[in-house]
Amino acid sequence: MKGLLQRDLRLAIRAGGGFGLALAFFLIVVILVPFGVGPSADVLAPIAPGVLWLGALLACLLSLDRIFATDYEDGSLEFLATAPVPLEGVVAVKALAHWLTTGLPLTLAAPVFGVFLNLPSGGYGWLVASLALGTPALSMIGAFGAALTVGLKRGGLLLSLLVLPLYIPTLIFGADTVRRGVDGLEAGTSLILMTGITLGTLALLPFAGAAALRVNLR
Amino acid sequence: MYCLVRGGALVWRFWVSEGFWPPAEVFSKGGNGGCGLVRRGHWPRLGPCLFVMNKPLLRVSEVACARGGLTVLEGISFDVHAGTALILRGPNGSGKTTLLRTLAGLQTAVAGEVSVADETIAYAGHADGLKGTLTVAENLSFWASLFGFGAITPALGAFELSGLSDRAAQSLSAGQKRRLGLARMLVTGRPVWLLDEPTVSLDVSAVALFGEAVKRHLAGGGVAVIATHIDLGIEAEVLDLSAFRAVAPRGGAFDEAFI
Repeated sequence: MKGLLQRDLRLAIRAGGGFGLALAFFLIVVILVPFGVGPSADVLAPIAPGVLWLGALLACLLSLDRIFATDYEDGSLEFLATAPVPLEGVVAVKALAHWLTTGLPLTLAAPVFGVFLNLPSGGYGWLVASLALGTPALSMIGAFGAALTVGLKRGGLLLSLLVLPLYIPTLIFGADTVRRGVDGLEAGTSLILMTGITLGTLALLPFAGAAALRVNLR
Repeated sequence: MYCLVRGGALVWRFWVSEGFWPPAEVFSKGGNGGCGLVRRGHWPRLGPCLFVMNKPLLRVSEVACARGGLTVLEGISFDVHAGTALILRGPNGSGKTTLLRTLAGLQTAVAGEVSVADETIAYAGHADGLKGTLTVAENLSFWASLFGFGAITPALGAFELSGLSDRAAQSLSAGQKRRLGLARMLVTGRPVWLLDEPTVSLDVSAVALFGEAVKRHLAGGGVAVIATHIDLGIEAEVLDLSAFRAVAPRGGAFDEAFI
């Protein structure tokens, strides 16, 4: 299991692995928004929490289809399925590797990007907290979606269609946490609800993902 | 039949009824006189000893398997005992890959039963499972760590890859990649090898290396089921799958209809 995590991280960091791609995409989205809606602070500040969360979510989506597709194409997945590790564990470890290479950097970079969007000062702590607790769910749901679409040609688009609706609850409570933080309201409830969603996905989706992989390998 | 072995020497053979001992732990490190299933035990006058059971490592009875929803093979039965190999032959599309995938548990048999312990199987399909951006040594040590097997040096040596261990896998030739894919079997430490066309893109000397590796594996008590068209220089039973072709192809498992 540790070996699998090390390999996935190494693959992500080496050339062509896509590490940094999500971060660059996030940056571009955040820079494009002021061009679209105008640079006025009065316009940007209210929409900043939503835009930051949406950007992070789309950046997460970018590298999802690589979670299992490359392993499927080169035959590693069949070998993993016969290895002495449970397939549920493989799904969980691969989701963790995805989070470490996308969700975690996004969380750490988000405060800087918040400045670009004129996010009011009360929101930064909540932004980091909500992304830290919410992005694991994005990776886990994404890993499940990737397992569902693993054998398909052009599975990436279908993956987005399957996964984006499942991201809605996390997006609602994540953005709401930051918005409430900005407005000085009680933000803890939204954060707790979102954390509940994250924990639920972490508990259930490794099993669903493994079942989907077994069907797709058949 | 059970054999009682101490210090590598056969002490006593005896027969007991099936089920007298539960399925034994698998002794896969080799060197146990050509038998695969071993139980460590204690005999009052001999001290610690091994009980070797001469049961087939792989038993296939009346198996039918399907590909793409159609049953392609039916009525296949064979036993593979420790230390022996089985060569699968048959024209393209005769179901060699399908049978091997069924044996490996990657797909379920439409009918019949495959008796093999899951934790004894190592399956190598058409693809080598290599990551181009990792080096040869990194690729191999990943699989070694996953299967809980330590050293990769013997496996590298067996396929003459030692000089290439720091090269990125994407810069290898097709034959070198294949050799690395086969070296992967050695680091699994598992007794039942299922190999699908292992000699594709190998040159004559590499085929000989592979033949030697299989012979050593068999001598260590392992078994191998190999789908191949060329002579590997291994003494093995040959099973021609064209004799088991399903008479009238029919639908397989019902869930395949939805795919």
